Amino acid sequence: MMLAMLGEAWRAMSANRLRTFLTMLGMVIGVGAVVLMMSIGQGAQYAIKQSISAMGSNLFILLAGHTSSRGVRSGSGGAHTLTVDDADAIAELPGIQAAAPIHPGSAQVVYGPNNWNTAIIGTTPLYLEARSWTITTGSAFTASDVRSATRVALIGKTTAENLFGDEDPVGKTIRIRQSPFVILGTLAAKGQSMDGRDQDDTLIIPLTTAQRQVFGTEFPGSVRMIMAQTSTQEIMPAVEKEMAALLRQRHRLREGMEDDFFLRNLTAVANSAAESTRVMSMLLGAIASVSLLVGGIGIMNIMLVSVTERTREIGIRMAIGARERDILMQFLLEALIISVVGCFIGLLLGIGVALMVETFTGTLVIISLSSVIVAFTVAATVGIFFGFYPARKAARLDPIEALRYQ
Amino acid sequence: MPDPVIRIEQLNKSYKTSAGLFPALKDASLEIKAGEFVAIMGPSGSGKSTFMNILGCLDASTGGRYLLDGRDVAELNRDELAVLRNRTIGFVFQGFNLLQRMSLQDNVALPLIYCGVERDERKRRARELLAKVGLEKYFNAMPNKISGGQQQRVAIARALINNPRLLLADEPTGNLDSLTGEEIMNLFESLNREGITIVLVTHEANIAQYAQRQVRFFDGCIVSDVPTAAGATA
Repeated sequence: MMLAMLGEAWRAMSANRLRTFLTMLGMVIGVGAVVLMMSIGQGAQYAIKQSISAMGSNLFILLAGHTSSRGVRSGSGGAHTLTVDDADAIAELPGIQAAAPIHPGSAQVVYGPNNWNTAIIGTTPLYLEARSWTITTGSAFTASDVRSATRVALIGKTTAENLFGDEDPVGKTIRIRQSPFVILGTLAAKGQSMDGRDQDDTLIIPLTTAQRQVFGTEFPGSVRMIMAQTSTQEIMPAVEKEMAALLRQRHRLREGMEDDFFLRNLTAVANSAAESTRVMSMLLGAIASVSLLVGGIGIMNIMLVSVTERTREIGIRMAIGARERDILMQFLLEALIISVVGCFIGLLLGIGVALMVETFTGTLVIISLSSVIVAFTVAATVGIFFGFYPARKAARLDPIEALRYQ
Repeated sequence: MPDPVIRIEQLNKSYKTSAGLFPALKDASLEIKAGEFVAIMGPSGSGKSTFMNILGCLDASTGGRYLLDGRDVAELNRDELAVLRNRTIGFVFQGFNLLQRMSLQDNVALPLIYCGVERDERKRRARELLAKVGLEKYFNAMPNKISGGQQQRVAIARALINNPRLLLADEPTGNLDSLTGEEIMNLFESLNREGITIVLVTHEANIAQYAQRQVRFFDGCIVSDVPTAAGATA
């Protein structure tokens, strides 16, 4: 029965190939657009999520204030207002899980015949904890390395590749500004940061070593920045206030005086970036589904034309015993086949274009099963929804009037 | 005497026109028994086609009763009427009314789809009936490739496929030349001899001679109901 009806639907559709193809094209484009937009959107969301989790969760960054000397302003971090003691005091605040003072810089690094200019981060082991940065081989340096300013380093993946090639860096000695450093461990790859920097192009060394032996500082004990991590995201606004109050008190700033530091909630910034990506991909999907709707209306339009054209055929079928549901099924099936086949082709097209986008532009796309299922469900629903009215119109025809129709 | 297949009591049918209600049938009453071969005659506009459409459950009357096999068709819903058209009644049209996109075999088998017969069985019965009407060479031909007489044979085969008790034919020879018309009538005659009840509309006297009984319509009324020569000898 069903097979016979499928055969009939096929016959009706192949009787007017161009029209069937054009109707299908509406579905193909609609589904293709939805799948493509969803893949790109999900890819973008995934990329953002990756960089957020690479950054570490619930993070604050504190930068030292700026100085101005004879009208030249230094920019943030230029003043020496933050100290290691500040970091220790912040670590004592309730809700703070880790607070790491950081002295960043960059230097030429040499291993054997190779040399490479890389970002150097002088910090404490807590920094790794705050950034949830793990060691793949070897081990991290410890608090005692920081206390005694030993010359040890952790090496990022990019730096290791440039200096060591395929060699295992652990235990090897490199030179930073003529001083020998022993590589204690290699850092897990983190990929790009949210602003596009390669986070693996780095060396991490003890804070004291950085300050005393590599970069030098006029103000021992002062740092350029402090990274602080709270235990949960919810308490971040409260902790932010407490941190600011604590620092103002420690820096003896009277009321009305400007802060001599900058406090930024990195996680909030990251979350709003994630949120805007999410909204963006939803918008793209919504716009694409409009074309699906237009495709559905195309199906309805053609089915209405088809019912009118085939009024006589419907009359003949009724005269030889077709019931309402037989006629209804026949036309509904046609609409459904057009939309499902169109959906399938659209799916292939959408996935194809998405893969091409990925290959040629390097944009990450994710083709998820859920987007495929959504596209198919929507197409079937569109087929039934827009096919139903014409099919019912056909099924409700009066047999004798349909037979008389010329 | 066998029970009547068709019993019509004071049947009325009027159409709404811009000039008001137009009565196409006025108080028509008739009884047709199983195995009869009845010709309905009358000039155009006399109501005979309207009458046939009501007999074939394609159209509904506006007054009176129509009992088919003892059941009042006015009490049946659209689906029940469809089942009647599918199993009890076979309808043959003047214009053949074959579906042009289908092979002869599929055309003949089409009513079987609507009563759930399996594909192989449909094919078998369609071929059997096409052979019966003398078209065993044309199973897979398309309707537009054969002559009018052959098309009408296909239509008759289609009407017979579900072994109906009643065969209704509305001017089946109207589009055919007289020789082909005679062939078709011979076919009807032999079907009637097999026991099927036939009601046939025609305005040609020589065609009506094949029937046992002639019913004449004029202005929506039955004006005469007489046995023919064939009926008298039968």
